[in-house]
Amino acid sequence: MSLRTPLGTVRGLGSAKTGTEHWWMQRVTAIANLPLVGFFLYFIVAHLGAPRSAVVASLANPLVAILLALAMVSMLWHMRLGLQVVIEDYVHGAAAKLALLLFNSFYAAVLGAAVLYAILKMSFGL
Amino acid sequence: MAETKPTARPLSPHLQIYRPMLTMMMSIIHRLTGVALALGMVLLVWWLSAAAMSDDYFNLVQELFGSWFGKLVMLGFSWALIHHALGGLRHLIWDTGRGFELKTVELMARANLAGSFSLTILLWIVGYGART
Repeated sequence: MSLRTPLGTVRGLGSAKTGTEHWWMQRVTAIANLPLVGFFLYFIVAHLGAPRSAVVASLANPLVAILLALAMVSMLWHMRLGLQVVIEDYVHGAAAKLALLLFNSFYAAVLGAAVLYAILKMSFGL
Repeated sequence: MAETKPTARPLSPHLQIYRPMLTMMMSIIHRLTGVALALGMVLLVWWLSAAAMSDDYFNLVQELFGSWFGKLVMLGFSWALIHHALGGLRHLIWDTGRGFELKTVELMARANLAGSFSLTILLWIVGYGART
């Protein structure tokens, strides 16, 4: 018999050390992605094959730069959560799983840092 | 406790046992497009980073992306993203506890496919049309 109250059990979060954050953030980023993905795709198609000056000119508009940055952050966040589930579902060796989960986190972080740097650099006209 | 030895127990039937159904394929495609998009993201970050570097380097990357193969990859990426987004919309509807009737599930699966193909075509017509 456990002497812990139901509230204490919930606060303790069990051996997983997390509650519903993963599921919840997957939904939060999914909702954010719905409009951002539309903008993102339009930006790509409109600039595919365009000269560099056209991309820089578009990003000089702060609205475009901020929307593109938000789109990248939200999509990469969502991507990291999704790939994490795929790895946890299919990779069962402890070492391989840990290595892939770490790589997954670093992959999202590196892509995010690189793309935000690129967006800001062009937006500031540097 | 008795020693636990792995015995050859019958496994629960896996994917290849079942006759493929639309909703099952849509579930698989949702995950596949998600993984494909994750791989595709590195291309788009490369493309944007190239634009931030120099005219010469960006011209080179644009040539790669603008080739028939590059366009095919980008067409596939845009379809996968639209399909995954519409599939996610279905999941958000299910999250509210609605849309679990078989008829609705089947209808949403078909609408998802029809929507992803038509929106992809629309995107490329409008996106290309906006270019000067």
